[in-house]
Amino acid sequence: MYGFTPTEEQKMLIDAVARFSKSDLRTAAHAAEEHKNLAQRLVNKGWELGLLQASTPDIYGGFGERSSVTGVLAAEELGFGDLAGAIAIMTPGLFVLPILLAGNEQQKTNYIPQVIEGSWRPFTSALIEPSFDFDPNALKTTAKKVDNGFVLNGVKTYVPFANQAEAMVVYAALDGVTKGFIVSKNITGMEVSDRIKLMSLNALPMYRVTFKDVKVPETSLLEGDFEPVLAGMRVTNAALAVGVARAAFEYACGYAKERDAFGVKIAQKQAIAFMLAEMGVEIESTRLLTWEAAWKLDMAKEDAAHDAYLATTSASDMVMSVTDRAVQILGGHGYIRDHPVEMWMRNGRGFATFTGLAIV
Amino acid sequence: MTIEFENPKPVEQARFLLQTVADNMMRPVSREMDENEHAIPFGYVEFMNTAMKAMGSGSAGSLAPSEGKNSDDPTRAKRPSIAYQLLANQLEMLAWGDVGMYLITPGGGLGAAAVQAAGSPEQREKFLARFNGEKPTFAAMCMTEPQAGSDTSAIRTRAVLDENTREWVITGEKIFVTAGDKSFNDHPEFGKGFIVVWASIDPSAGRAGMRSFVIEAGTPGVKVTKLESKMGIRVSDTASISLDGARVPFENILGSPTVERTTTGFKGAMATFDATRPLVAATGVGVARAALEEVKKMLADQGVTIHYGLPRQKLSSIEKDVIEMEVMVKSAWLMVMKAVWMADNKQPNALESSMSKVKSGDIVTKVTQKAVEILGPLGYDREFLLEKWFRDAKITDIYEGTGQINRLVVARQILGYSGSELR
Ligand SMILES: Cc1cc2nc3c(=O)[nH]c(=O)nc-3n(C[C@H](O)[C@H](O)[C@H](O)COP(=O)(O)OP(=O)(O)OC[C@H]3O[C@@H](n4cnc5c(N)ncnc54)[C@H](O)[C@@H]3O)c2cc1C
Repeated sequence: MYGFTPTEEQKMLIDAVARFSKSDLRTAAHAAEEHKNLAQRLVNKGWELGLLQASTPDIYGGFGERSSVTGVLAAEELGFGDLAGAIAIMTPGLFVLPILLAGNEQQKTNYIPQVIEGSWRPFTSALIEPSFDFDPNALKTTAKKVDNGFVLNGVKTYVPFANQAEAMVVYAALDGVTKGFIVSKNITGMEVSDRIKLMSLNALPMYRVTFKDVKVPETSLLEGDFEPVLAGMRVTNAALAVGVARAAFEYACGYAKERDAFGVKIAQKQAIAFMLAEMGVEIESTRLLTWEAAWKLDMAKEDAAHDAYLATTSASDMVMSVTDRAVQILGGHGYIRDHPVEMWMRNGRGFATFTGLAIV
Repeated sequence: MTIEFENPKPVEQARFLLQTVADNMMRPVSREMDENEHAIPFGYVEFMNTAMKAMGSGSAGSLAPSEGKNSDDPTRAKRPSIAYQLLANQLEMLAWGDVGMYLITPGGGLGAAAVQAAGSPEQREKFLARFNGEKPTFAAMCMTEPQAGSDTSAIRTRAVLDENTREWVITGEKIFVTAGDKSFNDHPEFGKGFIVVWASIDPSAGRAGMRSFVIEAGTPGVKVTKLESKMGIRVSDTASISLDGARVPFENILGSPTVERTTTGFKGAMATFDATRPLVAATGVGVARAALEEVKKMLADQGVTIHYGLPRQKLSSIEKDVIEMEVMVKSAWLMVMKAVWMADNKQPNALESSMSKVKSGDIVTKVTQKAVEILGPLGYDREFLLEKWFRDAKITDIYEGTGQINRLVVARQILGYSGSELR
């Protein structure tokens, strides 16, 4: 059957996330971006919503099963609140979910409970590399098999919380195939840069991490396929984009109904109203693509990864154009940082690059 | 309640069956019918008349917007109907075959849909039974006039009650009536159809005075005066119909015969649109999918592989185009499915209906335009169907409310505006 309504359980969770997102994340977003600082208290509160915990089976310290559909519903809400905050809250998932998806039993029992039980702690992962044609399936960071382990070489960037991370999953090409490796902090040869500065996400501490002949033990390799991990990252990226786009869309709608020009509200002008209609259509169509891809991931459908790719492709175009339109609808005021739309537009351009910053 | 994307069995079966129809009865004559405007593919029409009856539905007229097909089956009492979902799938598949031929599928089309949406149970009984007959039978909807297209309130056709004979006397000019000829004129191969004509019973009341009337085929005073020559969907007849004092029985009015100074009468037409817009959108998706699949096939034959999963920087221009086309087709289809799913679940879907129509009108034009472009000299050549689909596609963004009119509907819903606040 087809269905477009979340389950009761999903609804309760999403409502809670939406409330937090609106009253906590959103209200803090502007100051966080301007002061380049996200309150830990906020991150902790978001963590306590228990999204990752609910995706982790109880044998590893959680209380549920992973559902990509639930995950994308939650991610949209978080993205709607604030992208930087959303990514910060979800960062430990970058460590836990790949282990859950591609790790062996021992890795799961060794690593997951310590992240899941208790408060938010900095565990992260490193996927993105500093090159224009970065391709998660053709990494420049390499892993070489040596006696008793592997040697990692390469440069990663956009790694959230790398400076304080207790451990991270580092992706590298092992014989040309992308694999995850669990790397603990203070390992010899790993160097974390100063905080990097991007066009947006200023509130989120991110770093470049260099691996120079970093020797990791055999047990650090996540043997499972990278494909479902990447697909999970892609639907999450799409869902966050839908959230950001919706934020910009709703803000622009509200503004357009208040702003007067030539004796009417600007929303009463077709030039504005049609932009809003198209924004609504494009957001909804990407949301549905994202839901379907997530559902296929949950059902382990053959074309799930394909659909996840289409969803994120669609989302990065959609969020760029929607956030651009939102700034346009506010006119000169949209360009002023007092209004959030210009930040969402800066967020918007990033989604073509952000796959790998979050996974549900 | 849950979020899921699996076709139920009946939908899969219907798609499978209609794929065969599309492959064997539509595609082989597609080109011939396009080249011989106004020719009738009797083979297809007669086959569909039998097949659709066997399948239980197949046109907008074959189900009531207010009640699902499953409702009389007690074992299914609790389950929501899937009638609209089934129908959308059927139409998508037929349009994938040939959207012009889909438009001349017997079963009543928009005319029957209007009776379903605005007629009383007796009227439904009386006017719709004919579509289960031996002969293929058609019905049409006449709203548009030479000076009243998008602005339906400008309709000048008048219906005046003759108190002596208790008949409506209707006069006016209608244009662009899909299947107008097959519905109204006498064709020995076809059953007796009807047209549904929109007219005012009280011009001073504006929209509140608008009503629709069922006019039986062959009614004196009504004449098909012209069949249009068109860019595409050439196999579908588009008629001009003139009414000059046509006399129609009193009980053929759909909705109330008195004017209450509200817009309920007109809302009947709008309710029909909520029901039919996602279906028109479904046909657009069908055409778009046809073009996309053909492009992929022709490229594959030339040894071109589409590398899904690559970052954009590594994609060729053709790959980017094809991936974008696939995104468009898929997302438009999901919007159709959501709109019809809402209809099946009796949720108000005016917003989603118009959204799906906006989306489908957009993407089917873009996808077919790209398809012709990508295939270069082959795309433009009438040896292949891509150029035909390009021509067929454009109508999706014009009828059942142009892209602009549907944007207005969407925007009003989003902004909470009335028609006078956002014109
Ligand atoms: C092949 C075909 C089949 C058809 N079948 C039927 C049928 O079966 N029954 C029937 O009744 N009609 C039918 N139509 C008519 C069709 O619904 C109309 O053509 C359509 O509604 C547009 O009306 P119009 O052509 O008069 O264009 P106009 O209304 O004159 O529109 C011209 C342009 O102005 C735009 N526009 C109009 N109003 C606004 C506004 N308020 N804001 C912004 N832009 C606006 C339109 O979008 C369009 O771009 C058919 C048409 C065709 C071509």
